Amino acid sequence: MTTQATKRDYDLLGSSGRTAVETGLAAAEWYHTEIARKEMKALMQRSDAPAIRDTIIWLGSMIALGGLGAYFWGSWLCVPLLLAYGVLYGSASDSRWHECGHGTAFKTRWMNDAVYQIACFMIMRNPVTWRWSHTRHHTDTVIVGRDPEIAVMRPPDLVRLVVNFFGILDVWYAMVDMVRNAFGVISAAEKTFIPQMEQPKAIRIARIWLAIYVATIAVAIAMGSILPLVLVGLPRIYGAWHHVLTGLLQHGGLADNVIDHRLNSRTVYMNPISRFIYWNMNYHVEHHMFPMVPYHALPQLHAMIKHDLPVPNPSMWSGYREMVPAFLRQLRNEDYFLKRELPPTARPYREEFHNELAPAAQ
Amino acid sequence: MSENWIEVCATDDIDEEDVMRFDHAGRTFAVYRSPDDQFFATDGLCTHEHIHLADGLVMDEIIECPKHNGRFNYKTGEAKGAPVCVNLKTYPVKIEDGAVFISI
Repeated sequence: MTTQATKRDYDLLGSSGRTAVETGLAAAEWYHTEIARKEMKALMQRSDAPAIRDTIIWLGSMIALGGLGAYFWGSWLCVPLLLAYGVLYGSASDSRWHECGHGTAFKTRWMNDAVYQIACFMIMRNPVTWRWSHTRHHTDTVIVGRDPEIAVMRPPDLVRLVVNFFGILDVWYAMVDMVRNAFGVISAAEKTFIPQMEQPKAIRIARIWLAIYVATIAVAIAMGSILPLVLVGLPRIYGAWHHVLTGLLQHGGLADNVIDHRLNSRTVYMNPISRFIYWNMNYHVEHHMFPMVPYHALPQLHAMIKHDLPVPNPSMWSGYREMVPAFLRQLRNEDYFLKRELPPTARPYREEFHNELAPAAQ
Repeated sequence: MSENWIEVCATDDIDEEDVMRFDHAGRTFAVYRSPDDQFFATDGLCTHEHIHLADGLVMDEIIECPKHNGRFNYKTGEAKGAPVCVNLKTYPVKIEDGAVFISI
């Protein structure tokens, strides 16, 4: 027997979102592994030290690499220096934006806010808009028509995926949104998740950013060199590949419209450099289950609850080896997804979701 | 109007700088013990979404929601910024014979 694939409507004002609200998928109570209160409290404790250390390394490396890149500008020596600078600008900013947006990276509030603003500028995400979109992402993770941050929709747009390794579409849309916001326009979709009282802040930030980019372009014209833009703005293109490489693994190829992060999120073991750039977001099931746990405590959280989670992918390569074929199958059948098997020690998936999903995974 | 005092728990049931969930008559509350050993009570659910604050983190006079990190002053109920915009309702608390009571 053949079944008709479910057509998904990712528009935040569309039919899938309305159905999610009607069926109780939106703003639902999600599964989480049981952890004793005392242990959870210890995991949630904030500390400035790890994030101060990492921020000094991050921004210090950027200053050194960017300075040397500018010094050697015009020779081949500048290429590796600026490529490394670009990854710190266009990829490490993704995880800094994310963690500081949660307010968990630092104990001191102003430090979170300061790094959040810097990282948002680098990754070209309006700090107001994206704070609210990410709030929705955590409420309705990969719920079609509700989650504004679904990176790979079904059927997957493979051209878009590849192009975004170079940040091209992201930057284009970010620029369009920035200019639109700078002219005081908040889109209908943005209005679904940004409260009215917060919207003027999004407009103010867009105007400040637009002024910075105009000033950078003016300096480049005055110098007769593209170097200012190579240091400000363009790294979001030539340094984006690492955050896309790691970010696609978060939910790619897994279930949608479920309320158990073990089914729709992926934990992947990674090398220490990638984990530094990514700030431990490779422990993604753990992060979604307990978003209050700071990035530096995620390995400890993982060790405590891994008995209840699917076995992590041992490497990024392993993640891509399962994810890419899943994307290709979703081109033919958009209901297809990778079903995460649980170890015998885990509490089973809620039957009402797991049983309905099982045929689609075949 | 007479106050309706309801016994919640023994004072020792809540650690310093921590919070406990208390359900009563179909409603849910959060009862706090501050670092300076005072007790407070608020509605139990975050005003942003249907999340129990008792699963969150108490830091000084702040309770942080476990889902989206919305922060409230649990002594006054004041919402401290995005993503929470609506204040929490607070309730009077008294201690008698080593027990915590809230007035609802």
